[in-house]
Amino acid sequence: MTTANRTVKVTVNGKEYESSVEVRKTLADFLRDELDLTGTHLGCEHGVCGACTILFNGDAVRSCLMLAVQADGADLTTVEGLARGEDLNALQLAFQENHALQCGFCTPGMLMTAYALLQDTPNPTEDQVKEGISGNICRCTGYAPIIQAILQTGRGPALTLPTNEEG
Amino acid sequence: MKPAKFEYFAPTSLAEALELLEEHGDDAKVLAGGQSLMPMLNMRLARPKVVVDINRIPNLDYISPTPDGGLAIGALTRQRSVERSTVVEERIPVLAAVMPSIAHFQIRNRGTMGGSISHADPAAELPAVCFALDGEFVLSSASDQRVLKAENFFISPLTTAIGPGELLTEIRLPARSGEWRWGFEEVCRRQGDFAMVGAVSLLQIDDDGVCRSACITMFGVGGTPLRIRRAEEALLGDRINDSVLEDVSKIVSEELDPDSDIHASAAYRKEVGGVIARRTLEAAVSRVNGDDGA
Ligand SMILES: Cc1cc2nc3c(=O)[nH]c(=O)nc-3n(C[C@H](O)[C@H](O)[C@H](O)COP(=O)(O)OP(=O)(O)OC[C@H]3O[C@@H](n4cnc5c(N)ncnc54)[C@H](O)[C@@H]3O)c2cc1C
Ligand code: FES
Ligand code: FES
Repeated sequence: MTTANRTVKVTVNGKEYESSVEVRKTLADFLRDELDLTGTHLGCEHGVCGACTILFNGDAVRSCLMLAVQADGADLTTVEGLARGEDLNALQLAFQENHALQCGFCTPGMLMTAYALLQDTPNPTEDQVKEGISGNICRCTGYAPIIQAILQTGRGPALTLPTNEEG
Repeated sequence: MKPAKFEYFAPTSLAEALELLEEHGDDAKVLAGGQSLMPMLNMRLARPKVVVDINRIPNLDYISPTPDGGLAIGALTRQRSVERSTVVEERIPVLAAVMPSIAHFQIRNRGTMGGSISHADPAAELPAVCFALDGEFVLSSASDQRVLKAENFFISPLTTAIGPGELLTEIRLPARSGEWRWGFEEVCRRQGDFAMVGAVSLLQIDDDGVCRSACITMFGVGGTPLRIRRAEEALLGDRINDSVLEDVSKIVSEELDPDSDIHASAAYRKEVGGVIARRTLEAAVSRVNGDDGA
């Protein structure tokens, strides 16, 4: 099919959506504008800042560098999918406790990147954390508290997603 | 809406993709990992009429051992899969070694082997490694298939021999483990950035410590990856000691003719090019057979 619009079916944070989207719309814009999931932030829209990081079939990716149509059939997790209702998960609580955010603009991307890093490397070293977040830019915190928060979470129990527990 | 309007196709077979590329010729852009194309679409630096998304084509994502001890890698293989592959580590350790220097893991999760090579950024690691390894590229079209050597493939910055209607489908790399020793170094401002200057060296040293073959490839210092033949010749037939390395380092600096840009001056690139070429040779020399020398 080649028309300007296409129907896209995706699962986001355990919920199914079906929507008609213009083929040139990025996945990030689709999440924010069509699905109203504005937790995913856009800093640069060319892959450099990491603010738009989400999980695409479990892998951390830049949602500004994908088209919404490419997500047809995919399972996505955005920052809205981390907490259980009002209850923040351990990573989010560690960010709060360590003052790992100031303006909060980079935070959704940092959280999704850190979540993916911890799935891959459950108790990372400081160097592994630094390399893991090297693709995420924060202009406020100086990074040290972010690294502390991730290290602290790594020493605790494994993180799970609310959607995985219910499913 | 960031990108300009385009027609979008997501073929589900190679044959269908090649027909689309033939039909649309120069108007079509292939979308692989999107980690270079999407920024260009978002900034409207590229405004293709047609986008052919190859991500739904099966069987383009594989790492297969070949009988000669090398590897055949499908163009759509994600950079992250190459990074994590044990057969890559065993057969072509230098390829495994460069992977973590390509961007960041979120980008390597999408970015593909074929995309990086087709994009041919002069400062990119994968074109340089494939060039150093004498790799071959399989270009498929609706009516034909041809195999090009790396030296005939990279033409100038962001320009390759891939013609309209052609798709890079496979990358073939010869074995470079065992008696081959290697080194890789690059200098960039931040982890994951493109290199301001980079070097890949491959050496064969016989039992008497004499260098029998040498390949020194530099990248980020010209329009394509470059072999520094005069420096390679200076290594051949000799035992590699400090004074040889000093000479070779000087020759590399002399031979480089890089441009200045916002990342680094030409003089800096020449100077540092000689230094890191030497470091790759030192790393290669210190690696014993089969050992990663870490
Ligand atoms: C922030 C950031 C940092 C980066 N840092 C680095 C780095 O340090 N080193 C580095 O090497 N790269 C870096 N990259 C680029 C990254 O490696 C890209 O993945 C790669 O350059 C392109 O691969 P892709 O699969 O994403 O291709 P795409 O972006 O989909 O395509 C790139 C180009 O190649 C063409 N193409 C793709 N596949 C084929 C094919 N099979 N046949 C014919 N043509 C094809 C496309 O039409 C397009 O013109 C970075 C990218 C970003 C966003
Ligand atoms: S908005 Fe996607 S990386 Fe910056
Ligand atoms: S908290 Fe402000 S950019 Fe990171």
